Order: sequence, then structure tokens, then C-alpha cells
Amino acid sequence: MMLNTRFEQSKETAWCPGCGNFGIMNALESVLNELELKPHEVVICSGIGQAAKMPQYINANGFNGLHGRALPPATGIKIANKNLKVIINSGEGDTYGEGGNHFIHTIRRNIDIAHFVHNNQIYGLTKGQASPTTDMRFVTEVQAGGVILEPLNPVALAITMGASFVARSFSGDRAHLKEMMKAAITHKGYALVDILQPCISFNKVNTFKFYKERVYHMKEDYDYANKAQAFERSLEWGDRIPIGIFYRTEKPSYMEKIHHLSDGEILADKKPDPMEAEKFMDDFR
Amino acid sequence: MNYNILLGGAAGQGMNTVGGVLEKVITRAGYYIFFHKDYMSRVRGGHNFNQLRFSDTPLYTHQEKIDMIIAFSEETVEKHRKDLTDNGIILCPTDFNVADPRARALPFKEIAKELGNVKVFGTVIVGAVVKMFKLPLEIAEGVLSEYFSGEILKLNREALQRGYGLTEEKFELPVSELKDTITINGNQAVGLGALAAGCTFFSGYPMTPGTGVMNYIASKQKALGIVVEQAEDEIAALNMVLGASFAGARAMTSTSGGGYSLMVEAIGLAGIIETPAVIVNVQRPGPATGLPTRTAQGDLKFVISAAQDEIPRMVISLRSAEEAFYQTARAFNLADKYQIPVTILSDQYLADGGVTMPPYDFSKIKIERYLADAEEIGEAPYRRYKITEDGISPRIIPGTIPGQVFMVDSDEHDEFGHIIESGELRNQMMEKRMKKMDGIRQDVREPWHLGSENPELLLVGWGSVYGAFKEAVERFGREGKEVGALVFGDVWPLPIRKITAYAKKAKRIITVEGNYSGQLAELIQQETCIPMKERFNKYDGRAWSHEEIYRRVQEVL
Ligand SMILES: Cc1ncc(C[n+]2csc(CCOP(=O)(O)OP(=O)(O)O)c2C)c(N)n1
Ligand SMILES: [Mg+2]
Repeated sequence: MMLNTRFEQSKETAWCPGCGNFGIMNALESVLNELELKPHEVVICSGIGQAAKMPQYINANGFNGLHGRALPPATGIKIANKNLKVIINSGEGDTYGEGGNHFIHTIRRNIDIAHFVHNNQIYGLTKGQASPTTDMRFVTEVQAGGVILEPLNPVALAITMGASFVARSFSGDRAHLKEMMKAAITHKGYALVDILQPCISFNKVNTFKFYKERVYHMKEDYDYANKAQAFERSLEWGDRIPIGIFYRTEKPSYMEKIHHLSDGEILADKKPDPMEAEKFMDDFR
Repeated sequence: MNYNILLGGAAGQGMNTVGGVLEKVITRAGYYIFFHKDYMSRVRGGHNFNQLRFSDTPLYTHQEKIDMIIAFSEETVEKHRKDLTDNGIILCPTDFNVADPRARALPFKEIAKELGNVKVFGTVIVGAVVKMFKLPLEIAEGVLSEYFSGEILKLNREALQRGYGLTEEKFELPVSELKDTITINGNQAVGLGALAAGCTFFSGYPMTPGTGVMNYIASKQKALGIVVEQAEDEIAALNMVLGASFAGARAMTSTSGGGYSLMVEAIGLAGIIETPAVIVNVQRPGPATGLPTRTAQGDLKFVISAAQDEIPRMVISLRSAEEAFYQTARAFNLADKYQIPVTILSDQYLADGGVTMPPYDFSKIKIERYLADAEEIGEAPYRRYKITEDGISPRIIPGTIPGQVFMVDSDEHDEFGHIIESGELRNQMMEKRMKKMDGIRQDVREPWHLGSENPELLLVGWGSVYGAFKEAVERFGREGKEVGALVFGDVWPLPIRKITAYAKKAKRIITVEGNYSGQLAELIQQETCIPMKERFNKYDGRAWSHEEIYRRVQEVL
């Protein structure tokens, strides 16, 4: 009997009952199956945090690395083996805070990775400090007088940085989330889906109800290729929060720009022979 | 018989080109060189110098004593004339104000102007030098044709001839036969070793003096179909390397101390996820930015323990550019064998110093990956961290065996890589990982021994101090003094057989290092309980010369 031919989620998790992460895991599991991927062909990468435990709970390959560092290993994996499907599931603190530098530069690389950010607007695992997306005036143990920093807008940032796929979804809207995930996984190049996710333990402001009342689907006739329009839309946040694909464009991915990578042998499959390099000694004669 | 030419001036004055052409002429004529670079952390100006030492027999180190100064600035003469031999010569342009009887002002600039191109000024100098050392003019002409072509080549040939006509034969140099040699610096040697070892992915962030490794590997990307990615920072660099290595590529990064500091958390990650990586630290003086373009051996204590808690690891220091090639290839095999991070410790002295040597023997390089195949793994769910007797778990590459998947996790984990918090499992995993040190201890190599077998005085050092040790110890040997030396290459885990044996014989032991406190001395004390009280420590950013070691020993003998 062959092992692991279908994706399954584990029954035990370290998430709180009612956590938005469950919705994301359910959607991911069914998307991977619907796309007919095989567990051994998929690597789920993450950093550290509650969201970042995702690779623990789905029977694909997993790289659960350091806090803030989900993107660089994912990049290394994709370069080493372009045939692997590389997906990142991590928190917004992990991605936009500790790992902000990698976020910016991974966008610039436009490497084929689908990046799902579980954005609960809070540091969950460390028990409720402000994250880069926490709204101003939100009170925490550390930010006792309320957050005074302006929140980071990941969608706007990604659009201005030139990301080739930028979307937002909501963990409580399964059909929409699945659609966004599928589009991101099949997108050629770097694809960001910022997923609004209630944290029932530490974020009593941005609750399921809060999001449910505010999110709305962007219209069908929305022009994905219009960057200026996408940017303008990305600034909408408040009583109404748009979800859907903000921006999508076709441009050469990292792999396509390195011909010996896109057309050549998989790096990990190479069987180098030391004698191949002997000729380089001529550089020093 | 050996000679030492010093070329000095401001950055951007062309002395690197003159040095480069002379280096080629001398090695093509069958001599061995040791090229030593002393430069400032700036793109233009300042005072920089290159030393080109050459001989009819192999050289292992630079030298203080100079036979010829080629001055591109007056400051060069002022700074270095104290090291010039009585019979030495200073070549300088006619407009320099130099009051030294050994100075020879020559119309380099005037000739260049006459020829209609001031840029050929350097080639006039080359001509003058070629004559004084009786080097073959045809070889110099041949070298020029590698740098220039067409009209410019013609002009440079003329400049060479004119320079040749300016001087007379001065230095005796035994005629050497032409031989097949290479002249390579430490960074290039590491890069070439990595390519021979089948490194297919490199990620790094520029930091002097470690950048040369990246530059060299990058120049072969297309030819070998490999990838060099300049990361956004060193944290990303090592994390990318770990991702690529996890996915099956042989992967490497190189940096200097500052970058290594940023990599520290990921070094621990490599340890706990048991994923091979080769990390090159080309040392410069610190802390923080320190002296960016100078040399040091100040990171030994740091790299053997960098990362929170404890991991199995190995640290190899490089003693020469010749060894750098083979040790780098070995580092990849050991990283794969034990699934650990292996750090290669180089330094600026080695990185930038070019040395002539016989070509490397590529047939000695074996690529050993130690990967498990589907048969070995079987049908049961794969245990990436299976507890085994030697601590090494069978390793597979994701995607290669249908149905088998695995996790690597920076959290403590069970045999499948899943996060755990049980004390018992934690102990098992910690013990399994650290058990690998037993195997590594079998693989470490004892230090090289030099000089007296029954030394009254034993010098002990590590890494690039090897060349200076060799010459100093040989000199003591010629003088009939019982001086011996041990030079460590592998420094972690520390091989202790030889040091223990020689310490018993030696009346006196002195450690010689490029750091403030004597870090190897402390490490030897820690690992052997042998007291290492006498320490020569140098931390001025300059390498030990064989003369300085000789003098310091003479003072205390
Ligand atoms: C270097 C480092 N710094 C800090 C931490 C502690 N830490 C773990 S998770 C986390 C924040 C997680 O927030 P987020 O990424 O939003 O994930 P969530 O738990 O909310 O899903 C922090 C600060 C760490 N593990 N490593
Ligand atoms: Mg969060």
C-alpha cells in the first residue's frame, strides 16, 4: 500500500477551539486535494508562531524554521528543486515584523511560492502583544496606553513593491479562501494572500463578527491588472474591508530569468563530477 | 634565493595592474610567488601596498624585508624604506622628492607622455623591473597580450621596451624551468574546492574579506548550471542555504564575522534540524565593523559555540590556499556525513594572498552524500530523526520517494520531526544529536608538526599562521635550535593526541595567535588541562611575519 497519497489534517493541534487557523487549515487541505497534488511533492514552510504550526498538522513535507524566517528557506527549497510545490503558512508578526526584510526582497525575486499569511492582528503565541498590523489605540500589556504606531498595510506594500499576485481573504469565508488559495498556488511567481483571521484569545476587537460585518467581495469586473486602482483599493480599511484579488500580473518569475534553472536539470538532482571543475584551474595558470 | 617587491600608493593609481602583470610574468617564468595585500577600506586614495615575494622554490608566507620598492606615492617611500635592504632599490617617478641614496628616479611618466598615452606609465615600470631581475622579456610581452589588443597592445609593448631600456640587470636570480603551476588566493581556493565538491547553491551577502568566495563561485554559474543568490542579509543567506540543503542541493555561504553573527540563530537551526551546511567565515578584526580589510584570528571562541544551547558541529581552520581547496571539499562531505553545520575559518591574510603551487589533484576529491534510498527506508512512515546508535538518522530528500514525507522543525521534536515537549523525548533527541560528536572526533585531523621532534620550545598556532611558523622554525633549525611547532587545522572538536604528546616532551610551550587573549591556548587548556601560559598575541590587524615570530622567540629564549 502506498502511503500518503491524499492530504489529511491531524486531529490534534495546539490551537484554541474556535481559532481562525482551523478554517485556514480546512481550506488548505481541500485545495491541495482538489489540485491533485501529492503530499511528497509539496513543502509547507513556516516560521514560528501559532499560525506557523500549520506544517505540523498537514501530512506534506514541512520546514518549520525560525521566527521571521519562513521565506528564505522556502526560496532555497524552490531553487534547489523547482518541481516541489512550495507553500508558506505563517503569522503576520512572523512575516511583516521579524521577517519584514525577507518579505520585501522575496517580492522582488518573484519566485514561485504561494504565501498565506494568517493575519490575526496580534502576536498570538507570545500572548497578545501588538503586531505590525494591530490597529492604533489597541491596548495590550506592553502597549498599555494603546498602540501608537501606524499599522502596516501588507496589501498596499506588496502592490507597491511589485508583487505579481496580491490578494486578501478571510478565514471565515471558506469558499472565497479556497478560491484565493487555488489562484495563488497556480500563479507563476510570488503570490501573497493576506488572510484575516480572528484570534479568540488575544484580540477581542478584530473578532469573527468584526470581520464578518465588514468584509465584502470585490466585484467580478474588477481589473486585476490595474495597479493604480489596486493601490487605491488597498487603502480601504474600516467599516468596509475588501477581499479578493487586488492585483495580478504576468511577469517573468525568478526561475524563468535564470535559464539554466528553468530549462536545466533540477539542482538537487545533479550528480556533479569533481573533474568537471578541473578546467577552471586555467583561471590561475 | 628569494626577492620581495613592494608596490605602494593610493587606491586607484594602477599599482594593482602593475602587480598583476608582474605576478604573471614571474610565475610564467617558472618562479613561485607569495602575494600579500595590505589595503584600506576605501575605493580611492589612502595608503595601500602589495608585496610580491618570489623564489625558485615554493613560498608559504610574506616577509618584512624588502628588495625593491615601487613607489606610486612619496608616502610609500617614507613608510617602507626602513624595511629595504642595503642593496635594495626604490623605483619612483622623477617628480618625487625622495632623499634616500637607494632611490632611483626614472622617467616613467615622461616616456608614457612621449608615447602619447599616460596610461602606459605602469607598463614602463614593468619593463624596468623585468630587466633588473633578468626576467625573460618575451614572457612579459606575452602577458601584455592577455591584457590588451590591437593598437593599445602595440603601445604597451613599446612602453615595455622603453622601460626595459631604462635599467640594467641588478638582482641574481637562478634560472628556473617552466612548470605547470597555479597561483591562487584563499578565497578562490575555497570557491574552487566548493565547485569540485559539487556545491550547486550558494547564497551570501557581501562582506569583506569574505566576498571573494561568492565572486568566484558566481563566475561559474552558467558553466556549471548552478545558482548564486545574493541574499538581502546574512540571516536570509544561511536560511536559504538550509532550505536548499534540505531540498537536496549541496549548499554554502561565506561571510566575515559580522555576517556570521547574524547567522548565529540559523546555525542552531542547522544543528537541530540536522541539515548540512558549509559556512565560511573569512575573519577580520572586530568587534562590530572592526578593521574591514585587515586580518585576524579573533573568531575561534565565537564560532565553536555560536548559537544558543548546544549542537554538534565542526570547525576547520585553513592553513594555506593549497589546503583550502581540499578542506573545503572535505567540509561538504563531513557536513553530509553528520548532517551538521561545518564552519570553515579563513582570514583576510589567506583570502587575499596569492600563492603559487602545483595544480590541485581533482581526482582526490570524492563526493560522498550519505543519503538513504527508498529500499533502506521501506514502506513504514519515514522517521527523519530515527534514534540510532551513532546518532545519525537515515536522510532522504523531499519529493524523491512517493508516499514518504517528513518535517524538519526548529522546535524540539520526535523522530518524525513533530513538535514535542516531553522531557524524556527531549533527552533522547539531545543525546542523539550530541552523540554525533563521537563520530566527528574520529574524523578530526591532528595538527601539522614542523621542526624538531624533541622540541625544547614548542610553538603552537592555528590556521594561516602556518606559513610564518614554517619559515621561522626552519631558521631555528638551521641555527641548531630545538624548536618545533604544531599548527592546528581542525579546531573543533579539538584533536588532542599530538598536543598532549608534544607537550610532554617540550620544555616550554608558546602559543602564537592573531587575537587578544590567546583563544586557542584557552581551548587547549579546556580540552586537555595542559597549561598554556606563554602566549604571543597579535591583534593589530596584521598577519604574523616569520621574522616577527623569530624575533619574539629570540627575546625570550
Ligand atoms: C528570535 C525570536 N524572537 C522572538 C520569538 C518569540 N515569538 C514566537 S512567535 C512570536 C510572534 C508570533 O506572532 P505571529 O507571527 O503573528 O503569529 P501568531 O502566533 O499570531 O499566529 C514571537 C514574538 C522567537 N520565537 N524567536
Ligand atoms: Mg499573529
